[in-house]
Amino acid sequence: MSVKTPSRLEKILAAGHLAVTSECGPPRGSDPEAISKKAELIRGHVDAINITDNQTSVTRLCSLAACIRLKLMGLEPVLQMVTRDRNRIALQSDILGAASFDIYNILCLSGDHQRFGDCPQGQNVHDLDSMQLIQTARHMRDEGKFLGGDPIKRPPQMFVGAAANPFADPFEIRVPRLAKKIAAGAEFIQTQCIYNLDKFEQWMRLARDRGLHEKVHILAGLTPLKSAGMARYMKNRVPGMDVPDAVVKRMADTPKEKQPDEGIAICVESIQRLKDLPGVHGFHIMAIEWEEKVPEIVERAGLYPRPTLD
Amino acid sequence: MIVADKKPIQEIIETIQNHTRILIMGCNECVTVCEAGGKKEVGILASALRMYFLNQNKDVSIDEITLERQCDHEYLEEIRDRVDQYDAIVSLACGVGVQFTAEKYHSIPVYPGVNTCFLGATEERGLWTERCQACGRCILAQTAGICPISRCAKRLLNGPCGGSSGGKCEIDKDIDCGWQLIIDRLKALGRMDAYEKLCPIKDWSTDRAGGPRKVTREDLKQ
Amino acid sequence: MSYPSNIRILRVPCTGKVDILYILHAFEKGADGVYVVGCMEGDCHFTNGNFRARKRVEEAQRILDTIGIGGQRIQMFNLSSAEGPRFAQIAREMTERIRELGPNPIRKHHPRAASFQLCPPKAD
Repeated sequence: MSVKTPSRLEKILAAGHLAVTSECGPPRGSDPEAISKKAELIRGHVDAINITDNQTSVTRLCSLAACIRLKLMGLEPVLQMVTRDRNRIALQSDILGAASFDIYNILCLSGDHQRFGDCPQGQNVHDLDSMQLIQTARHMRDEGKFLGGDPIKRPPQMFVGAAANPFADPFEIRVPRLAKKIAAGAEFIQTQCIYNLDKFEQWMRLARDRGLHEKVHILAGLTPLKSAGMARYMKNRVPGMDVPDAVVKRMADTPKEKQPDEGIAICVESIQRLKDLPGVHGFHIMAIEWEEKVPEIVERAGLYPRPTLD
Repeated sequence: MIVADKKPIQEIIETIQNHTRILIMGCNECVTVCEAGGKKEVGILASALRMYFLNQNKDVSIDEITLERQCDHEYLEEIRDRVDQYDAIVSLACGVGVQFTAEKYHSIPVYPGVNTCFLGATEERGLWTERCQACGRCILAQTAGICPISRCAKRLLNGPCGGSSGGKCEIDKDIDCGWQLIIDRLKALGRMDAYEKLCPIKDWSTDRAGGPRKVTREDLKQ
Repeated sequence: MSYPSNIRILRVPCTGKVDILYILHAFEKGADGVYVVGCMEGDCHFTNGNFRARKRVEEAQRILDTIGIGGQRIQMFNLSSAEGPRFAQIAREMTERIRELGPNPIRKHHPRAASFQLCPPKAD
């Protein structure tokens, strides 16, 4: 696939390398150090850094501002944008805001319902859904026009991504859904974090059967487990998460003080297994509030140093 | 139909505290069907309020009436000759009826006695659920007869989201995932090919967002 | 079988016939207490009339509590038609409870509540 934007992430994927991305959650305050400190921990070990957008509907420093900060630090941000909080005017406007700072990656999401967050009494917007946001970002880039039809001066050059969850219900539409996102214009996918590798491989197989792996870059999502308790919580309390009993058992059978190391080991093993899976073009390591472990994971998985581009 | 739910008696008492000649006015249509504002509910509320004021040793008269509807001029006219006897009306009609009554009799305060909730259906007696958001441009033909705007908590037009779990919505395990219902129905109709068709960006100008709406039929006007 | 003379009995073919308005109007007219006596649950001759009555009695209790009259003044009992002594016992129980609660608070302001035009002629 040829390159359409100045995005470093796109270039690495186009060159055929396995890409590595990670994510940072902005603070519940206005301290910029909270972002820069986390980002510095992973500089050099990842190709791009996602900034979440009021994740779980908890009000935080906005993704756009945090992405700008990363850009000013010389890092490559991925702007996560949910459709829950903004109408089409604001969405297009924020895309332009990001583009004005030469931010080249966007991940289009619907967003968790506001009931989960700190403002359960608020409205939700969903003027567009995630698929329509993908279409919008592509339209702004490729046609150089606003949704309303007027031309955009200096159109955004966004590499457009979407999320995919091979483990959500119903399973039978998970691959049709991937196809739909590709049809809408998604160029890269970051999946929900994977613990059930068999199921993920099954999803990939169905995707490959339809040739989808050649139309979009799929990055496998991974989150290292910190404890058996975390494994159980994710298994039972997080919708759309599939944590096999064997994984919970492996964590639970480990002595408590060694559980974090075991979680990292599982993560590294998963990467090593998935590296060989056709259609997997990279990894999205989500180590929320555990960013300091990302370098170790990347190194042990044999993904360090990151490729340089000329 | 329009589904409403009774306001707590305490709230109604606070609203009418300073009035002494009150008419409780019910409606024979939707609020009767959802047992919130029909003749029976008017009787219950009126009796409760009378006892309350008697207990307070306040001389308050509470009358009762139930109209066929409160959203048509003809039916509201029926109280024209007695409305001066009262200093307040508590209307148990939906928000439409309360307002239409207030517009017609604008020198007497008209208070709501129910909370108007949504457009929905009677699943069984005692259970009413939402079905329609009155978006003004019905897409049910494209979604196998199930509306994603009213039955998806995020009104996704290309759903489901990643939070759909066991056919239930992420916000409440008692709420069906609207998109699961659509997919099940598409399967039953042999139309799963329709699932991958991208639903285009919606024109919300016929929805609430476009401002207060109206429907005009020139062929019906006199 | 004897029971207190302060009780006025209203017979219905099934307690399912008891409209919540009968209960509320009784208190409006100054009754100090009301109780509903129906068949044992599961034995209703009309299957679930006594279940309906129970729901209405509970609703009346909530209303009477909200407006300050007191929900303990209304209660439902279930017994079989063969239980004469139990019927008398219920009558004594209810009478005793109401005596402790005192008269219907409406009556302190309107002692001759029964004659007061509490229910003005309905307009429709």
